[in-house]
Amino acid sequence: MDAVKKKELERFALEIRIGMMEEFKARGFGHVGGSLSVADVLSVLYKTQMRFDPKNPAWPERDKLVCSKGHAGPAIYATLALLGYFPYEMLDTLNQPGTKLPSHCDRNQTPGVDMTTGSLGQGTSLACGMALGERLRGRDTRVFLIVGDGEADEGQVWEACMFASAKKLSNLVLLLDVNGKQLDGCTKDILDTLDLGAKLKAFGFDTVSVDGNDVAALHEALERTRAGGDKPYAIVMNTIKGKGVPGVENAKSNHSMTVPTEQWEAWQQELIAQLD
Amino acid sequence: MKLEYDGTMDPRLFKKVLGETICALATEDPDVIYLDADLMSCIGTCQWSFDNPTRGINCGIAEANMIGVACGLAASGYKPIVHTFGPFASRRVFDQVFLSAGYAKNDITVIGTDPGVCASFNGGTHMPFEDVALYRTIPTATIIDITDVNMLISVLRQCKDRPGVKYIRVGRKQSAKVFADGQETPIGPAIPLKDGKDVVIFASGIMVHEAMQAAKQLEADGVDAAVVNVFTIKPLDAETVKKFAKATGNVVVTENHNRIGGLYSAVCETLARENCAKIDVVAVNDEYGEVGPQDYLQKRFGLTAGHIRETALRLVRPSAE
Repeated sequence: MDAVKKKELERFALEIRIGMMEEFKARGFGHVGGSLSVADVLSVLYKTQMRFDPKNPAWPERDKLVCSKGHAGPAIYATLALLGYFPYEMLDTLNQPGTKLPSHCDRNQTPGVDMTTGSLGQGTSLACGMALGERLRGRDTRVFLIVGDGEADEGQVWEACMFASAKKLSNLVLLLDVNGKQLDGCTKDILDTLDLGAKLKAFGFDTVSVDGNDVAALHEALERTRAGGDKPYAIVMNTIKGKGVPGVENAKSNHSMTVPTEQWEAWQQELIAQLD
Repeated sequence: MKLEYDGTMDPRLFKKVLGETICALATEDPDVIYLDADLMSCIGTCQWSFDNPTRGINCGIAEANMIGVACGLAASGYKPIVHTFGPFASRRVFDQVFLSAGYAKNDITVIGTDPGVCASFNGGTHMPFEDVALYRTIPTATIIDITDVNMLISVLRQCKDRPGVKYIRVGRKQSAKVFADGQETPIGPAIPLKDGKDVVIFASGIMVHEAMQAAKQLEADGVDAAVVNVFTIKPLDAETVKKFAKATGNVVVTENHNRIGGLYSAVCETLARENCAKIDVVAVNDEYGEVGPQDYLQKRFGLTAGHIRETALRLVRPSAE
């Protein structure tokens, strides 16, 4: 990847993080850690991989994104606002009464959100059904599925993985956000998932492992998934929960945080200062 | 409505008609996809699915994933029809049906076979007395308790194109024939099968036959019993329920289900503000299931014409007690 492109992707990821702070500061709380960890992959997906039209969110030929870790909704919303699915000012309405931006992704609320998620594990099966449906429709689309490493505790994730490889869903790309933490602490202390890459490989996925906060590495890994073949793809993204905002990264517990508006504002300013 | 009830059994097996109708629907409508969780052999759809691998999809013994896959297919514009045994089609996948289908507005039809005592020799582990109760809590869901083969055919065809979550509970063996061949049973309206002025029996599923037999016995007792087939448990036909309750003043509700949360509950909720009738129930009395022949289980859990008769008599002639 050339330096200009890399810079562009990094900048978009930064803008996504700034947009998230915009959302959180209006209410003072939110699922910040796991939203920040996926900002980089969202930048690469929407800028280099996905086919979409913000003016026509229901366009059948679009690529689909299922964020099975539905609590990363704020990251998705910031991305969609920046891409023009809805006005940027709408980000201030996160979790406000009557909002179109609920904590967890809702396909019936938010333009550009392709699937409703929030009960962990369920998005994986939904994405499998969508990938199968796209294939049966004869579309050359891809379905991208973001799963959390904490979410991998759920048995349904592994039912879906078996299904994906048994049905040869090579139009499915599973993006596993391994940020190492879940609500109560470190994943290895709560229910050690062991080597998730090895598990996905054993479940029949074409699997690679990358630095999930490195846009160039993510891009290279995602380009590989265009090849088709007869296996679903998995990219194990080693990320940092809270990535990009040191105050969040270093917090012991950062799954969901409640801090004063001024603190969100300060974090947002730190990010804005990194813009050219 | 053309009825053909004389108490005799329809020679056709539910499971054969169920499998054939699913395959026929998928053949006629390219948007219908049938999914199963390793129970295709139980309804005779194995060979068809083998011959039509993109239309009949075996998801393996992974019901939660099957519901999710069906919902994902619905998001792509397909009309999924999902089958497994009743307990796995309800309590095992309740969160998946509630959220991935209901809340997310992915429209699917779920068929749970062998409801209640129909699970017979599979026993208590496979005997759902709670499936209707669970589905009733899903906003705007449709719940059907099938009475006979002709109703099954009609309801399946309607569910395919009906919006929302649809749950059909149906046995796999024989049933008493109630409706004439080709008779449609539109989802929603309850179907009066017999008029009567002293008591009304609201019944669904296999209990319709028992209710008709009870009405016959009551006739000999000098009691004129109406029988109404409330096969659509949700949305309940409140108007018909109220009409018959008011006309007779005595209501017996009977269902192959726990008395908590099913048809009895639905009727009580409907009549609670009406103050128009005494109500009693012939259903499972908050128990788990057990193994055995269906006729034994019907007696064991009090699901027979005799139980309905006794209950109706207690309502109509309280002084005789």
